[in-house]
Amino acid sequence: MSTLDDRPANPAIGEVRPNKRGGVAALIQSPVAIRLGALLILAIGLSLLHLSGRVFWQGLVINLGIFMILVLSLNLASGFTGVFSLGHIGFMALGAYGSAILTLPLAKKADYLPNLPAWLASIHFDFYLGPFPLGFLLATLLAAGLVAGVALLVGLVLMRLSGHFVAVATLGFLVIVRVILFNADNFTRGSRTFSNVTPYTGLWWVWFWAILTLYVVWRLKYSAYGRAMLAQREDALAAQAVGLAIMPPRLLAFVVSAFFTAVAGSLYAHFITSFSPTVFYFDLTFRVITMLIVGGLGSVSGSVLGTVVIIALAEALRRLEDVTLLYGMSQITLAVIFIVIILFRPNGLLGRREIVLARLFRKGGEPSP
Amino acid sequence: MPLLQVIGLSKSFRGVRALDGYTLQLSPLSIHGVIGPNGAGKTTLFNLLTGFLKPTSGTIHLLQQDITHAPAYRIAQLGIARTFQNIRLFGNLPVIENVKVALQSQFANSLWATLISSRAFQQNERELEARAEQCLELVGLTSQRDQEAHNLPYGEQRKLEIARAVALNPKILLLDEPTAGMNPNETDEILHLIRRLRDELNITIMLVAHDIPLIMNLCTHIQVLNYGRLIAEGAPQTVRTNPEVIAAYLGQAKYA
Repeated sequence: MSTLDDRPANPAIGEVRPNKRGGVAALIQSPVAIRLGALLILAIGLSLLHLSGRVFWQGLVINLGIFMILVLSLNLASGFTGVFSLGHIGFMALGAYGSAILTLPLAKKADYLPNLPAWLASIHFDFYLGPFPLGFLLATLLAAGLVAGVALLVGLVLMRLSGHFVAVATLGFLVIVRVILFNADNFTRGSRTFSNVTPYTGLWWVWFWAILTLYVVWRLKYSAYGRAMLAQREDALAAQAVGLAIMPPRLLAFVVSAFFTAVAGSLYAHFITSFSPTVFYFDLTFRVITMLIVGGLGSVSGSVLGTVVIIALAEALRRLEDVTLLYGMSQITLAVIFIVIILFRPNGLLGRREIVLARLFRKGGEPSP
Repeated sequence: MPLLQVIGLSKSFRGVRALDGYTLQLSPLSIHGVIGPNGAGKTTLFNLLTGFLKPTSGTIHLLQQDITHAPAYRIAQLGIARTFQNIRLFGNLPVIENVKVALQSQFANSLWATLISSRAFQQNERELEARAEQCLELVGLTSQRDQEAHNLPYGEQRKLEIARAVALNPKILLLDEPTAGMNPNETDEILHLIRRLRDELNITIMLVAHDIPLIMNLCTHIQVLNYGRLIAEGAPQTVRTNPEVIAAYLGQAKYA
């Protein structure tokens, strides 16, 4: 708790800055160095995991990264602006199907989706730049860009609503996406499994996108754009009284959030390689919202923490399930944990606070005065 | 030329005339008071002037510009700031952030500059922070800068709301009962603050209050509303002795 930044600023602590110390110590403790250090540690961890060849753990860490993108995006759209979206998994589904159609090999496409329009049937994003699958990146960007466009249209209508109304309306969007996916046989094979997707997604891909999402969400939060989002969440009338229109910050959050959610969809599609519309529904929606609420609405580090906690718990409980043979217990336990957190820490583990890396380090390295 | 010119402003709520044919010529650097019994239409007037309500008829001009149908956020940007009768802060945000929100349109950054955290962006944010600190200093809230706004005592919340409005760099500041619920000491502080805003920052003030001595003491010009109509207007001394005003406040019987 000592590293949370919501405490009233204590000038006595604030003054003890590393600049009084030697150059090297100051350098090591600068925020930039600490962030680079954290990235380096993550990179080393991923490399070790990559080299270890342990497929199970690699899969778990990939899942962790995908969920982190989903939770961070939902936090941007819902936690920052207070406009709660229950429809985000719809964007994920569109991102998954959109990118998968683009990267599907031509032969498979002819065989698999014979009724695709000609221009789409002849597209295959399989180009490489050396060993780098540029096609996958482009397919992901293209799908996510289209989804962002859809989000803009949806948002222009739905972001006028607030509170319960917007939750119900976005839920309607999720249902609409599902119905479309089931019925657009020519593109999605309807209710049949969409498989044979090239397994491009690996540790590096997922964590590149996860860190990028984290970075963008963090930057937005501590900028005029983020302040506008938070201000209109706190009091829409007061926000207008200080010259802020309500729609632009909401739309920005919604569209950027939909973009990254669609990216997560693309990563997911190229990770599990076969899926059907049923995957993208209430179950997944509930799981992402649980992570978000457990971490704390509006807290970026809370989203990271919430994702890690729930993924770890779910995995531990699943193993326990295998031993005790009490199948279904893990889901019930997770739901109970969710209820307990809502009851006793309604603002989540971190609330609106943030864990600041720099402070973690400084505290540790500081000799007591 | 008047700073704010209002002609024939009316607002009906389902047939009830909350404001009827209101007219105003607000001259620069005046401190203009609007008084009247409860339900006289004072807050409705403020909501109309700041774009939170749309008038049934009439026009509002800020300098030469017609702002009758402009949205609230636009009017705020154009130079009419306000406070609310029941304080409206961004409660879960720190005090300094409350002020920064109002300042930030003067320190705009592109989305791209924000994302890459360019030099210009960092410079802008530093200036924004410095300006925000000046605004807090003006109302004496410097030491509370990192508190969440809802944790401030009532009187300081009022001051923060004024600091936030001043941060907009407005031409006109509309204060809706700025001293409501305050003790004489705090009322005195607000009175001095309002004078400073006019004298040092050249902000024209328009305020609604129930505190008649305060109004008489502070204002250069007064309007009296009753049942949505202007019943008197002029310098404090003339308004004070106007029989219609006395009747509105004390009841018809005494006047008759």
